Amino acid sequence: MKAYLVLENGTVFEGEYFGAVGEVVGEIVFTTGMTGYLETLTDPSYYGQIILQTFPLIGNYGVISADLESSGIHAKAYIVKHPCQTPSNFRNEGSLDAFLRERGIIGLCGIDTRALTKIIRKNGVMNGRITAKLPLVSDLDSIKSYRVCEPVAKVAGGGEVKVQGDCKRRVALIDFGAKRAIASALSARGCEVRTFPYNASVETILEYKPHGIMLSNGPGDPADPANAESIENIRVLQSAGIPIFGICLGHQLLALANGYSTQKLKFGHRGANQPVKEISTGRVYITSQNHGYEVIANRTKEQSFVNVNDGTCEGLDYGKCFSVQFHPEACGGPLDTEFLFDRFVDRIDESMKIGG
Amino acid sequence: MLNKNIKKVLVIGSGPIVIGQAAEFDYAGTQACRVLREDGIEIVLVNSNPATIMTDKNIADKIYIEPLSLTTVKRIIAKERPDSILSGLGGQTGLTLCMQLAKSGFLDEMKVRLLGSSPETIDKAEDRQIFKETMQKIGQPCIPSVVANDVETAVEFMKEIGTAVIVRPAFTLGGSGGGIAYDEAQLREIAENGIVLSPIKQILVEKSIAGWKEIEFEVMRDKSGNSIIVCSMENFDPVGVHTGDSIVIAPTVTLADKEYQMLRTASLNIVESLGVEGGCNVQLALNPHSFEYAVIEVNPRVSRSSALASKATGYPIAKVATKIALGYTLDEIVNAVTQTTYASFEPALDYVAVKLPKWPFDKFVYAHKNLGTQMKATGEVMAIADTFEEALLKAVRGAELGMNTLDLPRLADKSDEQIRQLLDSITDHRLFVLYEAIKRGFTIDQLYEITKVDKWFLNGLLNIRNNSQSSNFNGLLYKMVDTCGGEFEAKTPYFYSICNGTENEALPFIENSTKERIVVLGSGPIRIGQGIEFDYACVHCVWALRNMGYDVVVINNNPETVSTDFDTADRLYFEPLCLDDVMSIIDIEKPIGVIASFGGGTAIKLAKPLSEKGIEILGTSAESIDICEDRERFDALLEELELKRPKGFTVMNVVQALQSAETLGYPVLMRPSYVLGGQNMIIAFNSDDIREYMEIILRTNPDNPILIDKYLSGLEIEVDAICDKDGAVLIPGIMEHIERTGVHSGDSIAVYPTVNVDEATIRKLYDITEKLCKSLKVRGLVNIQYVLYESEIYIIEVNPRASRTVPYISKVTGIPMCELATKTAMGLSLSELGRAGGISETPAYTAVKVPVFSFEKLVGLDNHLGPEMKSTGEVLGVGRNLREALYKGLIAAGYKITQIAESGARGVLITIRDSDKPEIAEIAEKLNKCGFTLYATSGTAKLLLSKGFDVHIVEKISDNPRENTATLLGSGKIGYVISTSEKGRDPALDEVKIRRKACTLGIPCLTSLDTANALIDSILSGYNEENTELIDVNRIQDSVGERL
Repeated sequence: MKAYLVLENGTVFEGEYFGAVGEVVGEIVFTTGMTGYLETLTDPSYYGQIILQTFPLIGNYGVISADLESSGIHAKAYIVKHPCQTPSNFRNEGSLDAFLRERGIIGLCGIDTRALTKIIRKNGVMNGRITAKLPLVSDLDSIKSYRVCEPVAKVAGGGEVKVQGDCKRRVALIDFGAKRAIASALSARGCEVRTFPYNASVETILEYKPHGIMLSNGPGDPADPANAESIENIRVLQSAGIPIFGICLGHQLLALANGYSTQKLKFGHRGANQPVKEISTGRVYITSQNHGYEVIANRTKEQSFVNVNDGTCEGLDYGKCFSVQFHPEACGGPLDTEFLFDRFVDRIDESMKIGG
Repeated sequence: MLNKNIKKVLVIGSGPIVIGQAAEFDYAGTQACRVLREDGIEIVLVNSNPATIMTDKNIADKIYIEPLSLTTVKRIIAKERPDSILSGLGGQTGLTLCMQLAKSGFLDEMKVRLLGSSPETIDKAEDRQIFKETMQKIGQPCIPSVVANDVETAVEFMKEIGTAVIVRPAFTLGGSGGGIAYDEAQLREIAENGIVLSPIKQILVEKSIAGWKEIEFEVMRDKSGNSIIVCSMENFDPVGVHTGDSIVIAPTVTLADKEYQMLRTASLNIVESLGVEGGCNVQLALNPHSFEYAVIEVNPRVSRSSALASKATGYPIAKVATKIALGYTLDEIVNAVTQTTYASFEPALDYVAVKLPKWPFDKFVYAHKNLGTQMKATGEVMAIADTFEEALLKAVRGAELGMNTLDLPRLADKSDEQIRQLLDSITDHRLFVLYEAIKRGFTIDQLYEITKVDKWFLNGLLNIRNNSQSSNFNGLLYKMVDTCGGEFEAKTPYFYSICNGTENEALPFIENSTKERIVVLGSGPIRIGQGIEFDYACVHCVWALRNMGYDVVVINNNPETVSTDFDTADRLYFEPLCLDDVMSIIDIEKPIGVIASFGGGTAIKLAKPLSEKGIEILGTSAESIDICEDRERFDALLEELELKRPKGFTVMNVVQALQSAETLGYPVLMRPSYVLGGQNMIIAFNSDDIREYMEIILRTNPDNPILIDKYLSGLEIEVDAICDKDGAVLIPGIMEHIERTGVHSGDSIAVYPTVNVDEATIRKLYDITEKLCKSLKVRGLVNIQYVLYESEIYIIEVNPRASRTVPYISKVTGIPMCELATKTAMGLSLSELGRAGGISETPAYTAVKVPVFSFEKLVGLDNHLGPEMKSTGEVLGVGRNLREALYKGLIAAGYKITQIAESGARGVLITIRDSDKPEIAEIAEKLNKCGFTLYATSGTAKLLLSKGFDVHIVEKISDNPRENTATLLGSGKIGYVISTSEKGRDPALDEVKIRRKACTLGIPCLTSLDTANALIDSILSGYNEENTELIDVNRIQDSVGERL
């Protein structure tokens, strides 16, 4: 069935629906990952966005429930040039098309995805509407006015307390829209992980007597006023002397708690090939990334990682607490920086030793 | 940062093109030299292959076209005293030489540092046992295997694991001598052969995991340990088929992120454990039903796969590897395509690239077509598109199989049962058999069960069947390869077409070009008869045009070449060289004309159809090209010019063929019209031959007329000339062939300057060449083959285009032939270019081009030379006189002259056809003088005995199963075989068996008395590898006019 993508600047792409059929508005972002579409689709950080895949062949290995990063799809829609109708993989449970349809997520295929990617690269992220009707000029204002509102509250675990592992180290994972892989990476390293909702009070968290605090990834603008309470909580937890590790939104919130500011990137970093350099060693790692905002790292002393391509801040180290903009938990993407979880565990152990 | 102590570097090339080592190393070596130049480093280059860009004057400071032997390279090092040597860019040949130099202590002695990976690293990667131990140490799974130095160990292992095993000889190219053994008998044969072929007499016997997915990663690692994946690749053919013979897609398509990252991490860990600095290829096998995987092997150097990965992603692996060798780290190296980002990233593709191998079986009808662990392809094409289906169709079209779809006509009349059976054997036609089976309604599940080709690929074939079946050329759009999926702006991209989209990314680049545009057609995949020399010619043409101020567009689909490097032309289209594809590019580029005369037969055959569409063919007109190729028109021209050619007829069937042969008198030369590289060309000695060959020729080309000519056995002479618009003709060089007519010119040893042609004949040759050029209105290059028969000059053929001898003549004479040809094609006169017509003065050196074959890889192919070309590459020997040049050429081509003279193999086995018998006594005499013992089959022996020679009579294989020619060859007593026969080809024949056996055992087999004579003269010449002159070809021209 014919479908149109209308950009807020009036550009129209004509393609076909796949997945669910309907009308949707969202912020279009592109990701360059060639594998990992299941992880991408189910990454809560994409809340409110229309995901555009630059790689044209998506759905090749079908749907594998074990690889999903959350219980559902938080993106608004999915744009793929050629979705695969006949996937092949020993773990495949069904087609991408059916997966999207079952979850009511609209898919658009058959458009010139590269042309769309370049529009976003040149003009910055923009909103778009997928629709079966050719648009009217008046529609553009409504497309333009779309905003992602309080996304964290929409995707973060609703206060459900999950415990993984059974070990001497207790880690409180504050869920701003966490990918499953973060908790798995910690429990694989001998941590008991308890997930707290993004708005859990400091008291609730401290009651658990955590040895470390994990700030998860999540969607939206870190400086969104809705995050103010979380930032304040982080400040208190940090001053309590508990080691903290922040990833992506967690990194940005920790930075905001430490007096940094953030700003929106033109079109963000999304993909599995972003090079970051660890300043102390000069080593370059390939990382998985998905973010539209950056921390303005005006205190060079604390900067630990930097993006090799554009020089943006990729990590900050405050001593006991540290954070990275990229995703060491991968899923999808490279596992090169998994060692950061070991580093976190080391800091926890160090802290436990000192604390007795 | 750059290591400032590096001031002078020796770069070792990969030598002649053989199966398993093709043009990719010229591409890599040329890139490496450019990087060295950028950093102001002096370059000394050694390569025996003259048809390369890397051996060009402007690429290196000192260029030695010398044998790639340990002795010679040592002498070059001692003479030039470089401070460093680059190891990873010259293929297996270059790497092995560097290892030998390092291990012998010679590099230390000469204070030469080995750049790139250390000898320890290379050993860890290349020595099967050390590699296995290293993998075990880091917990990477290897395939259960045993390293064996004898057959019994291999057999023992097979009994122990109880499955089929794969045999891989250590240190051989393209898996030479390997294979899968399903039972003990097979294992014994393959293992024995493999041990013989391995330079260290060692084989790896491993459990067969045939049917697993074969996945490759190209890894780049710097000295700081930063490592990235340039490209992942997945083989269409599961484990069991050599990756060089597999259809390959990049990136991987059937791996979920979990499997992909597991294998990616494994690859990085492996490369880290080996300590590679530079590029490294990692091959892995993945069980399609689990996460189980195994490491197959690694290549700690730039390879065929890395050339493919470079072109598939836009990431210049050879360039980056060289920078790393010089001391840079990945984050210091700028991404050449975007010019704003760095080499420390992983390319993101927004398309797929499909590689299809090009096999020589269309020419070699008797060669075994089964694909296995031993590579058989001579070259490859790559196609880029936004779907697998479209890329595959492009690849098939571009492979020049005469197919625009996946429909192989000869499968049409097979029964379903026959198709079912064909599915069991893996041959070059597997793709088409699968497609035929899909057309016949075989299910995807069924086909998967039989072939283990992943269902994703099979469904792709089904999609082709259900949808278009062929490509749609309406409204093609061009997209760019930019390394980053559009994330960053690209400054020097290249293009590929897609059929559905809205934005044509080539247009802004075309609109920005203010100069006149010219399209240069490339030469497509490397195949027998059309090798690297045509890419050399194209690249020079492009350079000359850019130099003249044109905006140059290249169309080519061969990923192994310099012409498909993104900065060779102003714009590159990675597209098939087929009419519709080319026209679609011309439609948007609107060039002032197309140059078709540098890309070999691939390009030239497009001249006529393009011209018919009103496209200007620059240089010699399509009309003249047609006259040269159309037998009747060509005959008419010769008649008009009163020039002679061997008498001949055109026939359509067996009856006509037999009549014509009777009229001409045997022997006669037969070939289909419109051929390249003497495809299916043979000499018929009698009516049986005619019947056999007609059947073979008509089977492959049923509607093609067949040419039958009188075969004249004379001296073959080859002329390369340049002609301008005023009819001025410059002949840079006249060559003569060592072998008489009857051996294809590409398989003959060619000598420049001539030694057996007198001045008067040379004058006559010039006059005839001038006459032909003028009447054909040649603009640019022309190659003419003559035969001198009983003092008369006959014309064999005229090719109004660049030939395979152009690179070597250019190098030896110092005349930039392609540049002059390009400029004359564009309307400049030779005098405007500062050149007079006539025959150029000859330099003080003689140059000998010696062909190189890949017979050991083509089982079943008769290695007897004939009118059908069989060589895959060539080397050049340059010397002060013919004997020295010939000696060097033969050494470079792999003849172990000194070693054989010094070994116990002092016997020569002679078995020759009747027509050669009058000349054998002279050869026997010389062999006696060299101290060889003569062995001969009864007929030949009788003759030699009658002439008073002492000769051992050997029985034929068919006459005595216990003691015969084959057992003699196996005994180690024989150093050379001289075998000529009237009947050849059929592998069941005794003579063919002897030649194959000699080939398998690595015993030089001479199939022309002329070659034998040349070789023996070379032995008698007294030259050895220590006393030849090392010649810097950059300085040869200085000697012009002072001929000794």
